[in-house]
Formats: sequence, C-alpha cells, structure tokens
Amino acid sequence: MTENEMHFEYLLRLGDNCAILGQRLAEWCGKAPVLEEELALMNVGLDLIGQARLLLDHAGKVEGAGRDEDKLAFFRDTQEWRNLLLIEQPNGDFAKTMARQMFFDCFQYLQFEALLDSSDKTLSEIAAKSLKEITYHRRHSTNWVIRLGDGTEESHEKMQAAIDELWGFVPEMFDMDEVEDAMVAAGIGADVNALRPRWDEMINSILEEATLKRPEDTWSVRGSRVGKHSEHLGFLLAEMQFLPRAYPDAKW
Amino acid sequence: MTVIDNTNDQLEQAFQSKVDAELKIEPKDWMPDGYRKTLVRQMSQHAHSEVVGMLPEGNWLTRAPSLKRKAILMAKIQDEGGHGLYLYSAAETLGVSRDEMYEQLHTGKAKYSSIFNYPTLNWADIGAIGWLVDGAAITNQIALCRCSYGPYARAMVKVCKEESFHQRQGYEIMINMANGTKEQKEMAQDAINRWWWPSLMMFGPHDKNSDHSSQSMKWKIKRTSNDELRQRFVDATVPQAKFLGLEVPDDKLAWNEEKQSYDWGEIDWDEFRNVVAGNGLCNRERLQTRRDAHEGGKWVRDAALAYAEKQKKRAAEKHAA
Repeated sequence: MTENEMHFEYLLRLGDNCAILGQRLAEWCGKAPVLEEELALMNVGLDLIGQARLLLDHAGKVEGAGRDEDKLAFFRDTQEWRNLLLIEQPNGDFAKTMARQMFFDCFQYLQFEALLDSSDKTLSEIAAKSLKEITYHRRHSTNWVIRLGDGTEESHEKMQAAIDELWGFVPEMFDMDEVEDAMVAAGIGADVNALRPRWDEMINSILEEATLKRPEDTWSVRGSRVGKHSEHLGFLLAEMQFLPRAYPDAKW
Repeated sequence: MTVIDNTNDQLEQAFQSKVDAELKIEPKDWMPDGYRKTLVRQMSQHAHSEVVGMLPEGNWLTRAPSLKRKAILMAKIQDEGGHGLYLYSAAETLGVSRDEMYEQLHTGKAKYSSIFNYPTLNWADIGAIGWLVDGAAITNQIALCRCSYGPYARAMVKVCKEESFHQRQGYEIMINMANGTKEQKEMAQDAINRWWWPSLMMFGPHDKNSDHSSQSMKWKIKRTSNDELRQRFVDATVPQAKFLGLEVPDDKLAWNEEKQSYDWGEIDWDEFRNVVAGNGLCNRERLQTRRDAHEGGKWVRDAALAYAEKQKKRAAEKHAA
C-alpha cells in the first residue's frame, strides 16, 4: 500500500465506526425505555452520522477517485468496511447498547484527543469538533452503566452480562498494524496501543463505581481491519444501502 | 350551598372575562373543570401524537438514502420527541402526571392523531409527511399560539418554529423526488395519493359535527374552526403540488374565482371514523410498539430510580457523618 492508500484506509476506519454506530442507534427510534432517552439516543446517533459524513468526505478526497461520503457509505460491501467488530454488534437490550457505547466512547475520546495533533489539518479539525460531542456521549453512556450497575438486582445482572458479552471485542480497538504504524510515523494517526492504559483506568473506575466486575481476558476476536466482519454487518448494510443500490441513478 | 354556587359563578365570570380580554390563564389560576379537562385531553393527545409520530418516520430512518438525509431525519425525529416532552410538561401543569397520560394512551383511552396510523411505504412518504402532515399541523398550531392557556400557547410558539423548518425539509425532499428519475416521480405521486386525504382529515370533522368546537371557541382554546383551517391548508398547498408537477388526488378540485379559494371534493368520513375508532392499518401496531417500549423499559426506569434513591441516602449519610 502507498502512504496515500494507507491514509485513505485510516480515515475509513475512523469514519466507518461513526457511520455504523450511528446506524445502530437509529434502530432504537421509538423503542427507548423513556422519552428523554429517545432524545439522547437520537442526539448521539446524529452526532455520529455527522462525524461519519466529515470523515468519509475527507477520505474520499484523500483517495482522489471521485467517491463522496455517500458513494463510500452506500456502495461498499461488508468486506470493504473497516469499522470495529464491537461497533456492528446488535443493540440487544439497553444495557448492551450502553456497554458498547461506553467502551467506544472512552476509546474514541482518547483517540480523537490524540488526533488533535494530527499533521492532517482536516483530520485535526474534525477531531476538535467531534471531541466536544464525544465528551457528552461519554458522560451519557458512563452514567447509564453506573446507574444500571448500581441500580436494582435485575439491572445489575443485565449490565454485568452486557459487559461480559462484549469484553472480547475490546482488544481489537487497540491493535496496531502496518496502516496504524505508518500513520503514527507520518504524524497523521494516533498510537492506539499507547491509549490502552488510560482506557483501562477509565473503565476500571467506572466499573468500580457501578459495582461491576471487570471480566477476565479469556477471549478476543479480531478481523475488521482486513474486512472480516461478524454476520451482523451484512444485514445492517442490506437495510442501510437498499435505496441507493436499488435506484443508483437517483439523486435524493 | 347557594353561597358556593354563587362563588363558582363569580369565579367563572371572572375567568371568562379574563379570556375575553385576551389575557392568558396560568396554571395556578382558577379555571372551570371542563376547561381543565378539555385542555388535558387536547394537550395529552397532542403530546401522544408527537411521540407516536416518531414511528412512521423511524420506519425509514435506517433506510434513508444518503447520510445527509439520515441526519436531517434524525434531527427531525429528535425535535418531535422534544415537542412531546414540552407538551407532557405543559399538560402536567394541569395536575395530570406523565405516567397517567401514558396509561391512557396505552389502554386506548387517549387518542393521538390518526394520521400516524397510515403506513410509510416509500421514501417520498417522508417528504410527504413533512410537507403535508407537518403543514397541516402547523396550520392548526399557528392558531393555537393564541390559545388562552399560557403554557400551551407558549409551547406552541416553539413547536411552530421547528415544525415550519420540518415542513420546508419535507418539501425539499418532494422537490428532489418530483424532479428525479421516473421511479422517483412515481414514488412522489404515490405518496401524495396516499397522504392527501388523511392530511385533510387532520383538521377533524366538519364544524357542524364537531362535538367540542363551540365551547372550546368560547374558552379560546380553539381560535379558528376546523373547516376554516382546512380551507386555508388546501389553498396554501394546492399551488405547491402544482409547482412539483404532482396531481392532487381529487377530481373535484377547482379554483373558485368568486370566493378566491379552492373548491374541492368530500372527505371519506367512513374511513375517518374507522381509523379514529382504532381500525386503520397501523393502529394496533403503533400502540403495541409504544406499549412494548414502555413495558420493556421498566427495568431501566426502575434502576434509575433505585440508583437515585441510593445516592440520596449516601449523601444524607455523608452529611450526618
């Protein structure tokens, strides 16, 4: 891969996380446990779709092949998507949605904070804008994990089950590979591996306050960086991409 | 007994003169029971409509055809949830709790706007809802900004600003569809075919058949009659449909030069009554979705309450120590 191709690939990783998580949150519409939360989930989803638009638009320009945000969002199949496996996991119950969100919000917060110094000017500007939103997202998901963990017996059980169920998706977030290494070396990307201790600190303190147990590191799954996704992504894309694919000549 | 009656009469007279003088009634003011009941019914119905109205649009949120459209629709749905929130809060000032209002919705005692019992079948429906349904809603709500009950009138001012933004966004979708490919034009025409008449039904029965109208007018809860609002909507909307090159599905529709407004056909009132009675295509499903969300979310709300309770106790213990 050339450096430009790696730059493109790197931006897809960032943008795809936002697009897919935004799509997952949209699935909650009309089904949230309380009206205030209906608004909050739409609000977070909306921020993420906004971030996806900026990142994918930028990715398309870096690629230089004439693909815009929508070409990238609606005309790539599963193996071309670069979002983390964690992100595409189904919503499950509210506890699972909040566990997924908290893991990612803490990660994205640290990652985007590091990207403020990116030599890619556009990327550092997107990071600065997004960081304000992520600060709120992190507070929102963290508060729910604590409330549910330290709420009733039932909510505690559900929250613990959700943390346990998603724990094996965590290590992939911090993996380095050829692309990540090259982007760090070029001053464009963030060294995610170096972020792990701070992420652990955040999560440990949240779990402690929530009276939840940190799971043992007994399993982990990987593959999104090379387009090997779980079975769930295909269905998500089938739904999301249906219109532009069915009517490729239409402008909406 | 006579004394009490006299007092009530005096209170009622004072209330009516305040209303007649265009002064706002506020939550702590005395008001007739019927006024309170009418407002609770109308405001909770309005709040429920905002919340149930999220469902037909949510139906296309995961299938919006571009990221921009998805973002706009998400923001719109979020606004609607927000309208639901202020309307529930405004209704709460009349002494009814949000839980009671939910209970009435979920048991079918309270209604919501029947328009949301129609399905959204293609993407142009999202445009048509913004253009026609929000357009009809605004026509109603602009009149409500002058409603005699202060909290309701003030909520309507904010709601109207956001709704008119939604209406423009809806119309913009229609412009794209109507000027798009052959299939897009067909979707747009199909959408207006299905949404036109239900939108006209949103204004309610003819004035002569409207149960609540005359008392509500006297109390200035309602400022303009159903038929007059409906006519305003038709007059404003038909030229917009023409601009789009879409056909309004009414063969009696014609400009009346003399009265400087449109003549048009008759609403299918059997259909109207049928859907209001709960027998439209989506009535059962919409209500079930709301019930499921509420019941399914109980453990979350319980947990939030339990946690808040624990925090309060902890703070008290800390304070004591």
